[in-house]
Amino acid sequence: MTTAQTAVTIAVLALGTLITRALPFICFPEGKKIPPIIEYLANTLPCAAMAFLVVYCFKDTKLLSYPYGLPKIIAAAFVVVVHLWKKNTLFSIFGGTAVYMVLLRIF
Amino acid sequence: MKRKALKAAFSSTIPVFAGFLFLGASYGFLMNSKGFGTGWVLLISATVFAGSLQFAALELLVSTFNPLYALVLALIINARHLFYGFSMLKEYRGIKKIKPFLIFGLVDETFSIIASKDPGEEIDKPWYYFFVTLLNYIYWVGSCVIGSLLGSIWGAELEGVEFVLTALFIVLLLNQLTEQKKYSSALTGFICTVICLGLFGRDMFLLPAMLLIVSSLLLFKRPIERKWQQ
Repeated sequence: MTTAQTAVTIAVLALGTLITRALPFICFPEGKKIPPIIEYLANTLPCAAMAFLVVYCFKDTKLLSYPYGLPKIIAAAFVVVVHLWKKNTLFSIFGGTAVYMVLLRIF
Repeated sequence: MKRKALKAAFSSTIPVFAGFLFLGASYGFLMNSKGFGTGWVLLISATVFAGSLQFAALELLVSTFNPLYALVLALIINARHLFYGFSMLKEYRGIKKIKPFLIFGLVDETFSIIASKDPGEEIDKPWYYFFVTLLNYIYWVGSCVIGSLLGSIWGAELEGVEFVLTALFIVLLLNQLTEQKKYSSALTGFICTVICLGLFGRDMFLLPAMLLIVSSLLLFKRPIERKWQQ
């Protein structure tokens, strides 16, 4: 690729990304009434999208070969349990990460 | 008012800072190894601002020129942002000057922080949204540039730090569920995504999962809404 072609490619990547972020707001600009069905989705999607995002993080985890995704699954379980118990956001996140890093080296 | 919002935004974005520093620096370093200098790294991370796409496009940037493929890749990998936009439609209504920036910066991490936690009554929401978006943007662009300037600033000993973002999403999902109690939507999102990941594999599951989530939510509209009213 020439320099110009690289620049164009980057511009296209930026444009594509911007489309995915702006489209909902372009469809429903300020002042335009949001129909009930979209309002319903706007209320349900945040939780659904968060759950989707959590699964998304596991997309590269290989469950069928050693170590069967165990470091990640155990660390994730640790985060869930510790967070429900202590409710300390930073502790759950950094504690879970420490557990994951240790497990990664054990397995 | 602004200072309070900035403080609150900073404390909610600390884990993002840690995660981005690691991922962004790795990205900057990788770009260097493909022959792209700091200028390119700055340009792409400041304009695209989408981690998973930037990693996915590494090969694209060193192969033959194909802008159409670049566009399709960007749309497919980032299609999940549509969810975030629809989720934020109402929250972002009425915000004026800064709204374009909020939309531009609606990445996974910013969405998850804003969607899962109410900053509290004494904090001005638009400013809080603005600072969360801005800080995450600065962390990402800054880390990418640092990685390309310093090369690999750490070795294998930090492998696994990227889990900080997975942990962040898990914790935010739990916080969101404790606050909003929309278990049925979260369960729908979880089950649909797992099914599609199993069926279509990691490279193809994104769009089917999104379609399945939306259609399931619409299909179960009545029971889900009845649950809320209880």
